[in-house]
Amino acid sequence: MKTKLKIFAVAASLVLGVATLMPTGGVTGELKSLRGEVGIGETDAIPDIHAVKEGADHGRAYRQQPPLIPHKIEKYEIDLKVNQCMYCHDWPNNTKMGAPKISETHYIDRQGNRLDNVAGTRWFCVQCHVPQTDAKPLVDNGFKPATAVR
Amino acid sequence: MTMHTPEKGEEPRPGLLVRLWRLFARPTARYSLGLLLLVGGAGGVIFWGGFNWAMEMTNREEFCVTCHEMGDNVYAEYRGTVHDSNPSGVRATCPDCHVPKEWTHKMVRKMQASMELYHHLVGSIKTREDFEANRLRLATNVWTAMKHTDSRECRNCHNFQSMDVSQQNFRARDRHLEAAQRGDTCIDCHKGIAHQLPAGAFEAERKLNEKFVQK
Repeated sequence: MKTKLKIFAVAASLVLGVATLMPTGGVTGELKSLRGEVGIGETDAIPDIHAVKEGADHGRAYRQQPPLIPHKIEKYEIDLKVNQCMYCHDWPNNTKMGAPKISETHYIDRQGNRLDNVAGTRWFCVQCHVPQTDAKPLVDNGFKPATAVR
Repeated sequence: MTMHTPEKGEEPRPGLLVRLWRLFARPTARYSLGLLLLVGGAGGVIFWGGFNWAMEMTNREEFCVTCHEMGDNVYAEYRGTVHDSNPSGVRATCPDCHVPKEWTHKMVRKMQASMELYHHLVGSIKTREDFEANRLRLATNVWTAMKHTDSRECRNCHNFQSMDVSQQNFRARDRHLEAAQRGDTCIDCHKGIAHQLPAGAFEAERKLNEKFVQK
């Protein structure tokens, strides 16, 4: 009985010793930093800042596409209180500002009532209408505009 | 000593105001004119300096945001706007836009600010909801003042004559040229640039413009 215990103790200490001596490199090799193959002390290259394309008509890729915004919109307030896009794009201010009026459909609510002001369902413009930058697509995209497919 | 009791023929003790006036008007027989001038001059410098120092101490961003009404509402909204952080690093803080630079106008504004102190003490704006409920009225006050002064505080830094419109983006260029020709003032368009706009801002702006056209 005593010898059995001794053998067990020796075996246990061996196993533990080997386990602690094992290099941990195998484990860290599988971990990948979100920054990719960059050393921990190195600084990433600053990514490009893509300026918003201004002044050009972006056109549409298909007929029902919400028109894209040809100007900067940063710091325009769109919240529960105010929608600053409406300062220029709501009728009749758009005539004074020389800006396109929002679509007539945007004055119709879910029940089909015609409203004086933009419908609540259309309030948050940037859900559909966005400005464009020169950024390259992050993934390949096989999309072709409707005009090219026809 | 015994209590002074008016005797026959003696005039009764004059009132406080009269005694003060007599003290003020009595010529001194004790101090030299030189000393009086010196003390008066030094006292004047200290008083005037102290007054202006106190005025400047209350004219700093740090002072403005010590009140929670400012610190929690308008200041929090101001952070990150173009007057707080921008490519050149030049900042326009609270007093740059809300306190006039010229002395007389500054004094007038400072006196009006005592009303703000009163409302701070009675706790007119305790919560964000209180502030939102009053936002349209408060904003309209500032817009009206800016219209009266032809956006004086904006023009401490921005003026049409120094604007190189060719460097502006096409939308800004068109608008600024039109506005300069019509004689519009900055606040006519530039509302809600450092703070959020109140609900009903566009309607209030239309009414305000109509009021000023009638005048």
